[in-house]
Amino acid sequence: MAGGLGCDVCYWFVEDTQEKEGILPERAEEAKLKAKYPSLGQKPGGSDFLMKRLQKGNYKSLHWSVLLCVDEMQKYFDSGDYNMAKAKMKNKQLPSAGPDKNLVTGDHIPTPQDLPQRKSSLVTSKLAGGQVE
Amino acid sequence: CGRELFSWQLHCADIISTVEFNYSGDLLATGDKGGRVVIFQREQENKSRPHSRGEYNVYSTFQSHEPEFDYLKSLEIEEKINKIRWLPQQNAAHFLLSTNDKTIKLWKISERDKRAEGYNLKDEDGRLRDPFRITALRVPILKPMDLMVEASPRRIFANAHTYHINSISVNSDHETYLSADDLRINLWHLEITDRSFNIVDIKPANMEELTEVITAAEFHPHQCNVFVYSSSKGTIRLCDMRSSALCDRHSKFFEEPEDPSSRSFFSEIISSISDVKFSHSGRYMMTRDYLSVKVWDLNMESRPVETHQVHEYLRSKLCSLYENDCIFDKFECCWNGSDSAIMTGSYNNFFRMFDRDTRRDVTLEASRESSKPRASLKPRKVCTGGKRRKDEISVDSLDFNKKILHTAWHPVDNVIAVAATNNLYIFQDKIN
Repeated sequence: MAGGLGCDVCYWFVEDTQEKEGILPERAEEAKLKAKYPSLGQKPGGSDFLMKRLQKGNYKSLHWSVLLCVDEMQKYFDSGDYNMAKAKMKNKQLPSAGPDKNLVTGDHIPTPQDLPQRKSSLVTSKLAGGQVE
Repeated sequence: CGRELFSWQLHCADIISTVEFNYSGDLLATGDKGGRVVIFQREQENKSRPHSRGEYNVYSTFQSHEPEFDYLKSLEIEEKINKIRWLPQQNAAHFLLSTNDKTIKLWKISERDKRAEGYNLKDEDGRLRDPFRITALRVPILKPMDLMVEASPRRIFANAHTYHINSISVNSDHETYLSADDLRINLWHLEITDRSFNIVDIKPANMEELTEVITAAEFHPHQCNVFVYSSSKGTIRLCDMRSSALCDRHSKFFEEPEDPSSRSFFSEIISSISDVKFSHSGRYMMTRDYLSVKVWDLNMESRPVETHQVHEYLRSKLCSLYENDCIFDKFECCWNGSDSAIMTGSYNNFFRMFDRDTRRDVTLEASRESSKPRASLKPRKVCTGGKRRKDEISVDSLDFNKKILHTAWHPVDNVIAVAATNNLYIFQDKIN
């Protein structure tokens, strides 16, 4: 067995040729991506993609940079903004939620009604219905 | 791996988000996107129905988590169950921990097969009788009833995580457990819900200096002071709680050296570890990154002892996989009971098994169309080159919406549970 109980440890080698083949496809893919999105910086996860995920309120697509954006937004939210927005809102309609809504804080107080409607969950799980084959 | 997977069962549900056998393997818990937990129980040996031995049937189902709304951040807190972990059984009841992004709950699942009857406190129509009218003392009698399985929440561990919880792990001391989110790991006592200890905190003072997040964490199976956590940069840190209260400084640091000439835009993303699991022996741990599974010897931090390619052919598709977010999919991995084989999922409802002894691997498919009940699963093959053989499937035909992220292996027998989106497959070895 690889990695026996004693001091002998065997490695599962990737053959050299295979490794070399692995480099080229990845670089080719990188070139493809940069051709499509020239504004993409050196660090993976350009701001456009991150803002898109942030708006969905779900940054579980896991890229660490999104955390940065969440924290930044919190930094700019304060009670002054909040009160100003409240005063503004008394005089105009609530803007409708949309995927390209401006991500400016302080302008608008989000409410649950603004958010995209989520599909309601099933009342009972079909698993429990015992559909076994 | 030289064996053929034989009988299988199929259960349909909402999108399954976690699958976990208990310590004996008699119970299998699944969590789904709707916050529900469904527990299956294995059929006992039955001489009159010999082929039913090993079938899993629904044992209990309950709503574990409900959707919530965080008013401060204006974000919905999903009810999706991220992880379920069983506690070792100590009495007739079963206990498990289930968690969504923010809250962990301890559930007690108990059986009731007796009912007390013979009360003389109520009239026939159910109204309580006037106590002064009751002149005789009647002791109720316990009578058998149809088995009823009840689930009740015993503890709720809330408000300890700012970021999304990705892991929970029960300690071998059976008293404590850890929960990990993107930046912090907390240690809890199972009896105490109003406080937890923070044992890892990688949040920098200035968020702009953040370079990596915690992706998974697990306690060592035998050493109650040791745990590991993996990062989005492909590294694993082993921490010893005896050395200091705050385990920001690791005891061991596992990282495979990277060839700088092969670095690309995608390198860091595909090196992100989506799952880490100790072997049952406690000597090894396994990590899953986007394209491979690696086995590490805890005594050697410099490189893994084994690397198994899961779907190397995807390396030439990274651009589109980044665009459709698939490159961020979090695949899990698992060991078999003897640590001789490992399993992980892929796309197109494929899953892969690697036999560490024979160095053989196999690709199988979890789908209704490709499997007949009681027939062996046929190995599948993905064609990467130009010429495609009859049975092979080409990389461009793979369905990336059919991903197998969650798999579990029975702790003793060759029984596996595979979650294919909203279908749960249970495969058993022919030998059983």
